[in-house]
Amino acid sequence: MLPFNLLVLACLAYVIILFLVAFVVERRADGGRIPWLNSPLIYTLSLSIYCTAWTFYGAVGYAARSGLEFMTIYLGPTLIFVGWWWVLRKLVRIAKTQRVTSIADMLSSRYGKSNLIGVIVTLLAVAGTTPYIALQLQSISLSFAVFAAEEGPAGWSRPDLDATAIWAAAGLALFTILFGTRNLDANEQHQGIVTAIAVEAVVKLVALLAVGIFVVWGMAGSAGAILERIEAAPGPDWALQPSRWAGLTFLSAAAILALPRMFQVMVVENADERHLATASWAFPLYLFLMSLFVMPIAVMGLDTLPEGANPDLFVLTLPLSQEAGGLALLAFLGGFSASTSMVIVAAIALSTMVSNHIVTPLRLALRPAQGRGGGDLRRFVLRTRRIAIAGVLALGYAYYSVTGGSEALASIGLIAFAGVAQVLPALLGGIFWRGGTRAGAAAGLSTGFAIWLYALFLPSFGPDAVFSARLLAEGPAGLDWLRPQALFGTGGMDPLLHALFWSLSLNTAVFCAGSLLSFPDPVERVQGAQFVGVFDLQAGTRGWSRSAAEAEDLLVMAQRILGHAEAQEFFRAEAAAQGKATFLPDTTPDFLERLERRLAGSVGAATAHAMIVQIVGGSLVSVQDLMAVASEAAQIIEYSSQLEAKSEELERTARKLREANEMLTRLSVQKDAFLSQISHELRTPMTSIRAFSEILKDADAVGGADQVKYAGIIQDEAIRLTVLLDDLLDLSVLESGRVQLSLQTERLERLIGRALLASNSIAPERAFIIDRDQSTEQIEVTTDTGRLAQVLINILSNARKYCDAAEPRITIRARRSGRMVEVDVVDNGSGIPEDQQAMIFEKFARLSDQAQAGGAGLGLAICREIMEKLGGSITYLPGQGGAAFRLRFVRVLETGEAGGGAGGAVA
Amino acid sequence: MSASARPLYLARESYRRRRLMDAARLLPIAGAVLLALPLLWAPEPAPERATAHDTVYLFGVWLALILAAAALARRLAPAMEEDRGAGGAG
Repeated sequence: MLPFNLLVLACLAYVIILFLVAFVVERRADGGRIPWLNSPLIYTLSLSIYCTAWTFYGAVGYAARSGLEFMTIYLGPTLIFVGWWWVLRKLVRIAKTQRVTSIADMLSSRYGKSNLIGVIVTLLAVAGTTPYIALQLQSISLSFAVFAAEEGPAGWSRPDLDATAIWAAAGLALFTILFGTRNLDANEQHQGIVTAIAVEAVVKLVALLAVGIFVVWGMAGSAGAILERIEAAPGPDWALQPSRWAGLTFLSAAAILALPRMFQVMVVENADERHLATASWAFPLYLFLMSLFVMPIAVMGLDTLPEGANPDLFVLTLPLSQEAGGLALLAFLGGFSASTSMVIVAAIALSTMVSNHIVTPLRLALRPAQGRGGGDLRRFVLRTRRIAIAGVLALGYAYYSVTGGSEALASIGLIAFAGVAQVLPALLGGIFWRGGTRAGAAAGLSTGFAIWLYALFLPSFGPDAVFSARLLAEGPAGLDWLRPQALFGTGGMDPLLHALFWSLSLNTAVFCAGSLLSFPDPVERVQGAQFVGVFDLQAGTRGWSRSAAEAEDLLVMAQRILGHAEAQEFFRAEAAAQGKATFLPDTTPDFLERLERRLAGSVGAATAHAMIVQIVGGSLVSVQDLMAVASEAAQIIEYSSQLEAKSEELERTARKLREANEMLTRLSVQKDAFLSQISHELRTPMTSIRAFSEILKDADAVGGADQVKYAGIIQDEAIRLTVLLDDLLDLSVLESGRVQLSLQTERLERLIGRALLASNSIAPERAFIIDRDQSTEQIEVTTDTGRLAQVLINILSNARKYCDAAEPRITIRARRSGRMVEVDVVDNGSGIPEDQQAMIFEKFARLSDQAQAGGAGLGLAICREIMEKLGGSITYLPGQGGAAFRLRFVRVLETGEAGGGAGGAVA
Repeated sequence: MSASARPLYLARESYRRRRLMDAARLLPIAGAVLLALPLLWAPEPAPERATAHDTVYLFGVWLALILAAAALARRLAPAMEEDRGAGGAG
C-alpha cells in the first residue's frame, strides 16, 4: 500500500522539480540559447496539453461507457494536424507576421483591430474554459481521494476534497504567475513554462503507457487476449452511432483550432514554422500512443473491478487493485501533470486575453491621457495579468465548488468544446475569405454564443437548476418550437449534436449574411487582405499614413510597454535603418507599422492600434492610402501614361516653336531685305535731290527751263519720300490701335468707282479692261469709307503695277454675306507664287524680283490692318487665274465694334 | 496580381513539389473518409461483435495516416524553405 503522506511528498517533489526546470530554463534562455529549446520535439510535446486530465482519466471512463467513440476526441485533431498545409500553416504564418498574442487578438486584428470582437471572443473563451479548469481541479481532488480511501479510516484522516482543490488552485496560480508573467511580450514565448509542459507531457505519456503495458501483458497476458476481452465484454451502448461519430470528430477538430490554450501553444508559442511539419505527424503519433491502451484498460477495469467502480478512475484503481503501488503513483503523477499543464496554459491564454481586450482598453477609455503620459503601463499590464490569472483560477474553483462531483461536471468537456468552437466560422472565414467583415463576425459570434448558452450550457445543469423543468419540456412561454433541446422541432437529435448543429449553422449563416450586407472600413480591408493573402504578400502593407506623430511621444509610450532598454534599442535600430544617429527615427508609415506590431506583441493589436492612434492623432489609414498600397502597379502605369502625355505635349510645343522660329527667321530675312530696300528707296530720291539742288545752287550754269525742270525733279523725289514716310507712319498708327475711324454711309458702287478713278493715275499708259457688275454693287455700307477706299485703291494700284498680261483685265465682284460684305478683286496676270502667298501681308514683304516697280512693300500690310479695324479681313484667293484678293468687312459698322482689340493680333 | 505573375508551366522539380502540396491537402480528406468507413459496417446483425475488429482497423488507419504525414512532412520541408523567399501556393 502507498501511504498517503508519501503521495503528498511525491507530489510536492514533482512540483518542485517542475519549478526547477522552468526556473533553470528561463535563466539559461536569458543568458544564451539552449539548442534543444526551440526544437520541434519540445513544440510537439507542448501541444500535448490537449490531453488534459479529462482525457487522461476520462478517456477510459468514456470508453467504458460508449466504446470506441472516445477515439473521436483524438481523431479530429489528427485530421487537422495531418492536414496542416491547409489551416495550421496559414494560422502560424499570420500570427508571426501580425504578432498575434491570443485567439481573441487574432480575430480582433483580422476584423479591423476591433476591440468588440476581442471582447466577445474573450468572454466566450472564459465561459468555455472556466468549467474546464473546474474539471481539472476535480480530477486532482478525486485522485487524491482515491488514495485517501485506500488508506482507510484507520490511517490518515480523510482529506477534505475542497481543501485539496483550493491548495491545487493556489499552487497553480503561483506557478503560472511566476513563470507566465515574467515577459510582457507574449511573442517572446514562455520558454520555462513550455519546457515544464514538455516534461509533463512525457510524464503523462509514460504513465499511461506503463499502466497500459501492465494491463495488457501483466494482467491479460497478451495483446490477443485483450482483444478477446474487448470482443467479449461490450457494454450496451458500444455500437458506433454515425451522427455522433461524425459530429464529435468535427467538434474535436474545431476545438483544437479554437481552444485558447491550444492556440497559445500551437500558434503563439511556435518558434519556427518548420516545427509544424514535424508536429504534423509527431502530434498524431502522441495522440495515438495516448489512446492505444484506453480500450484495454477500460475492458480490464470493467471485467475485474467490482460493479459500481468509477470508470473515470480505472487508470488509478486498476494498479491499486493489483497492489502495484509504484505504478499507481506514476499514474497519479501522470494525471496530475495532465491537469496542471492544462490549467497553467489556459490561465496564461485567458489572462492575456482579459488584460489585452478588456482591462487595458477600459483603462485607456477611462483615462485617455494614459496613451501619452502617466504611469508605467508595462507594470499595469503585468499586474492586470497576474490578477487575471488568479481570477481565472478562482473562477474555476468557484465553479468546482458549486457543481463539484455532480454528473454535470463530467460532461462539461464536450460542452466546453462546443462553446469555443463558435469561434470557428469567424476564424476560418477570416483567413480564407476577404469578404468577412467585423459586423458579420460580431453578429455570428454572438448568435453562436447565445444558442450555445441556451441550448447546451444552461440546460446541462439539469432540470430546475437554471432552467425550470417546465421550460425545458415546453419551451419559454409555451412556445414549443423554442424548447432549448429541441429548437425548431428537432427533438430527435442528441442534445450535444443538436446544440452544435444549430449554434454553428446559425453562427455561420449570420456571419456570412452580416458580411455580405455590411461594408468594411479601410483598416478591416487592409487586415483582410493581409490575412487571406499572407503567403502572397512579400512585405506588409502600410497601415499608417505619413503623419505628424511625435517620435518622442511614441518613445515615451513604447518605453512604458516594452521597457526602457528594449524600447530605446528598437528606436535606435529604426533610426539607424533610416540613416540617423539619434534615438528618434522619422515617423514614417513603415516605422509606425513595425512599432505597432511590436506593441501588439505585448498588449494586443487593438490596444496597440488605439494607443498609437492617440499619439498620432487619429490618423487612420485613409482610402487614398489604401488605394495607393493596393495597386502600386496601377501607380506605375499611371505615371508612365503621364510621362507619355507630357512628352506628347512637349513634342507639340516643340513643333510650334519650330514653326514660330521658321517664321521669325523668314521675317528677319525679309526685314533685312526691306531695310536695304528702304535705305535704297530713301537714298535714291535723296541722291537726286542732292545732285539737282547742287546744280541749282550753281545758278549761273543752268538756264531757266532747266531750273524749272530740275526743281520739278526735286519736288517729285520729295513727294516720293513723303509718301514713303506717310506709309510708315500710317502703319505704325494702325498697328498701335490709336487710329480713329470716321463712319460714313455710302453706296458700294460709288466707292469702287472712286477707287478706280484714283488708281488710274498708276501706269496710265496701260489700258485695263475693268469688269464690274454694278447691279451687285448696290449695297449701302456704313463704315470708314475713306479707309476702305484706301484699301481698294491699294489693291487696284497693285494690279495695275504688277499685272503682266498682254491684255490686262481687272474683275470686281461684290456680294452680301449675312452682315458682312465681300468684294473680290481679280486680275489676269501671273499671280503670286504659292510660296510667297503666306508672306505678302507681312509688314516688310515685297516680291523681290519686282522691286523696281516702286513702293516700299507696306501697302498690303496696311490693308490688312485696316480691314481688321473694319471688323473684317483681306485674304489672297489662290487659283483664280491671277492675283486675287477678297475683302470682307462688316456692312454696318457700329462705333465700338471696330476691331480695335484685335488690331494688335499680328503673328 | 500574383496569379498572373506565376509561370504557367514549371520545371520538373517544382512540379513535383506542387503535387506534394496537393497530396498534403488531400491527406486529411482521405483520412476522414477512411475513418468514417466503420460507420457503414455498423448495421451488421450483431453490432457489438465488431468492436475488436473496428479497434484494429481504426488504429491501423491512424498509424497509416501518421506515416503518410511523416513522409510528406519530410519532403515538404525544403518547399517551406523556398516558400519563405517567394510567395507560395497558399
